[in-house]
Amino acid sequence: MDTVIANAAPRAGLAHDLGYLWYRVRQSPLTMAGLAVIVLVLAVMALAGVLAPFDPNHVSLEQRLLPPSGAHWFGTDEVGRDLFSRILYGSRQSVSVALFVVPVSGTLGSLVGCFSGSIGGKVDTLIMRCTDIVLSVPSLVLTMALAAALGPSLFNAMLAITVVRVPAYVRLARGQALLIRELNYAKAARAFGGSRWHMVSWHVLRNAFPPILVQASLDVGSTILIASALGFIGLGAQQPTAEWGAMVATGRNYILDQWWYSAFPGFAILVTATGCNLFGDGLRDILDPRLKGK
Amino acid sequence: MASLLSIEDLTLEFPIYQGSVRALNGVTLRVEPREIVGIVGESGSGKSVTAMMVMRLLVEGSYRVRGSVTLLGRDVLRAPEAAMLELRGSQVAMIFQEPMTALNPTRRVGGQMVEVIRLHRRLSRARARAEAVALLRDMHVADPERILGNYPFELSGGMRQRVLLALAFSCQPKLLIADEPTTALDVTVQRQVLLLMREKAREKNAAILFITHDMAVVSQFCDRVYVMYAGGVVEDGPTAEVMANPRHPYTRGLLAALPDRTGSRGQLEAIRGSVPDLTRLPEGCAFAARCPLAREACRQRPPSVVTDPAGRHRAACWAVQEEVQTP
Amino acid sequence: MSTPPILTLRGLEVRFPAGADWLGRANEHVHALNGVDLDIRPGETLGVVGESGCGKTTLAMVLIGLVRPTSGTMERNGARGGSANMQIVFQDPQSSLDPRLPVWRVIAEPLHVQQRGRLSRAELKRAAGAAAAQVEIPPDCLDRYPHEFSGGQRQRIAIARALISEPDIILLDEPTSALDISVQAQILNLLNDLQRRRGLTYILISHNVSVVRHMSDRVAVMYLGQIVELGTCDEVLKTPRHPYTRLLLESVPQLGVPVGFDAVSSSTELPSNRRLPRGCFFRDRCPLAREGCERPQALLTATGPEHRVRCHVQALSQP
Repeated sequence: MDTVIANAAPRAGLAHDLGYLWYRVRQSPLTMAGLAVIVLVLAVMALAGVLAPFDPNHVSLEQRLLPPSGAHWFGTDEVGRDLFSRILYGSRQSVSVALFVVPVSGTLGSLVGCFSGSIGGKVDTLIMRCTDIVLSVPSLVLTMALAAALGPSLFNAMLAITVVRVPAYVRLARGQALLIRELNYAKAARAFGGSRWHMVSWHVLRNAFPPILVQASLDVGSTILIASALGFIGLGAQQPTAEWGAMVATGRNYILDQWWYSAFPGFAILVTATGCNLFGDGLRDILDPRLKGK
Repeated sequence: MASLLSIEDLTLEFPIYQGSVRALNGVTLRVEPREIVGIVGESGSGKSVTAMMVMRLLVEGSYRVRGSVTLLGRDVLRAPEAAMLELRGSQVAMIFQEPMTALNPTRRVGGQMVEVIRLHRRLSRARARAEAVALLRDMHVADPERILGNYPFELSGGMRQRVLLALAFSCQPKLLIADEPTTALDVTVQRQVLLLMREKAREKNAAILFITHDMAVVSQFCDRVYVMYAGGVVEDGPTAEVMANPRHPYTRGLLAALPDRTGSRGQLEAIRGSVPDLTRLPEGCAFAARCPLAREACRQRPPSVVTDPAGRHRAACWAVQEEVQTP
Repeated sequence: MSTPPILTLRGLEVRFPAGADWLGRANEHVHALNGVDLDIRPGETLGVVGESGCGKTTLAMVLIGLVRPTSGTMERNGARGGSANMQIVFQDPQSSLDPRLPVWRVIAEPLHVQQRGRLSRAELKRAAGAAAAQVEIPPDCLDRYPHEFSGGQRQRIAIARALISEPDIILLDEPTSALDISVQAQILNLLNDLQRRRGLTYILISHNVSVVRHMSDRVAVMYLGQIVELGTCDEVLKTPRHPYTRLLLESVPQLGVPVGFDAVSSSTELPSNRRLPRGCFFRDRCPLAREGCERPQALLTATGPEHRVRCHVQALSQP
């Protein structure tokens, strides 16, 4: 009796998977728009030095509070610094916060959550009650308190946001671990005598990953907003470093006559956060297991 | 008398990443009034897709289609959605394999039945409820009032299928499409459901299009049968005849592979190989790669249909063609 | 019996807590297994048939160690002394293989666990290749993922996984129910072949009577957590004595046999397994119910020394 592997389809490797992902992304205009924004912001981050027409910290008091013009596309601030350049450089602060916070909190939270869900019992209950406590405090308030306590700086802001974000991932990962435990392949592993650690390392982590990835991609947008909020109240990157939230805050003083000061940084925050959210939504739809294998 | 349902040369493709899946490849079939017609096939044969296309249940825009489907005189493929809505549920009804997912688990059965009945008939809520009780009683349910008050998860699989049958028959449809309705049920329950379906269809002058992978059920229950493979019909005819004298090698292979046919523990005659990749169908006969009778012609051109002298038993096979031509 | 049984079950009972009172103590139970006694002989294939609710799935879970029995004993006697090694092949090849593991890992997993991680990656891969060869999966596609294989191929992979730790007994839980007829034939042939070559013992659990009839030496019929009939394949499936077995076999669709013209009956429901019926569990649906059936029924001898039936009516009458 011969068995022919009639499935002569090309071996699904990384290239194939990425190609498929791109195919799905192309099908949704909103997701494409989100992706475009992300690419734009990352490009700005990397190429700020090249793209900025002026030195963002170059003070020039004769040129203070100029409206948008050919020379200064977004106008100038109260000490004459070019706002367009400051916004370009400011992207580095907000985005680097997101690039730090999301992977770190995601990884830490997922490990704790997978462990908690797999071990069950009193340890699990203890961890869950701890996350309950953290989650019961309004997150923005807690973040601000923590950042203030640590002292105003970019790094401390990142730390504060990370700490407050972790419990959400712990819950998510734990939920996934509980779900996966009941699936047939996990039961099979238990039947072979697999220890709990074996279950986590061989099955739970890799299967819990997609939903966590989706949550993380949605988090990027909100992290940028929180970073801007911290900047707004003076925690986070300090002057003279350009930071979008701080710029919006300072611009409040001039908002009646010099509307551009708050508007453009605010707009930058809006576009970046929305783009990340759109892409995250699209990614979630693509990775939804119910739609897989259609 | 015109056929109830007539499908002519239906070809259907789903575009996917890097190609398209050809789910149906020139399917032709017919259902006459009051007949019980079976479609039997394995996974990838296209039997479920065929059933879905009769009522045009597939998501618009997700497929490309050629050919024609004529239901009760109407062209299904070109009809406006409003016309389809009117057909579905009232003239044509469908029941599926998983009765659990066909019923809303968060609402009681009574409420759901009333909703469906009122959707197609102008009845007050009280009248519709009385109608629901009558329908359940007609399906030999012992305590209909109690069942109406239950949630779907409180009912057994067999009971849920009776509820769905009651709903399916509530508008006196001319055609009932049943897609693997008993596959998920126990054997003793399956028998009851099959008896019930046949009794009601005869009573209400409805035809049944019965889709399954179970050859034994088909042979018990259907007047005529279509055997499908890889998106095409390979053989069709009166059930008794197809089962007793299968002409197409695939049908023969399927019957030979049934465990009941061989003595205990003997080698089963398995059809070697596996179903072809539907994104890459071969030029000629889809079964050629696995067929013990395959010849050159089979790999080059899709086979034409050979009809027996009585005009009722057909097979699409070059080998059968040759057999018929050489006396 | 010349050789000692490889697996012995005595008085196996399993109860799951269902409802609970306000203090959290269970006040209602689901009685999944209600006293199962079984001796399984080395090298045989024992088929277990029954419908949903009969307890065969719970029996499988108990045998494989995923569920602890409420009472009763289970003994595994390996040929070389010590406990016999039992592995399981699940029903659904799609969900029983981790979709994110390459297939060589899926196959090698039991070995890795058994050897407590002492084997290197290369050794595991080699062992997986050897097991895959036994089920006719070419070794060069072991880096692929389960979704790249067809249903039948995935079931072969599951069988390879069961073979890799050199088991004595394989528990087959509906091994072909999710497969097409033509694929089922291939898998059944493979299983028979493997049994002959390696002297395996099979416990085949299925609701598909034809498959059980084809594969089994002995058959046990279960109803509501009990074995109601036990005997050789021919005895039970050709000359059944228990009324439930007869009902079951009558209902199995047979090729070419019309479905009959019985009236549709209203009661095909199993009695609830939360509150077990007193006496014979099948009494409500039994055409032979009479005096004496209100007492709990024991497994009595029927036609031959091997053939037992849980029915005082059928046990007394001679063929």
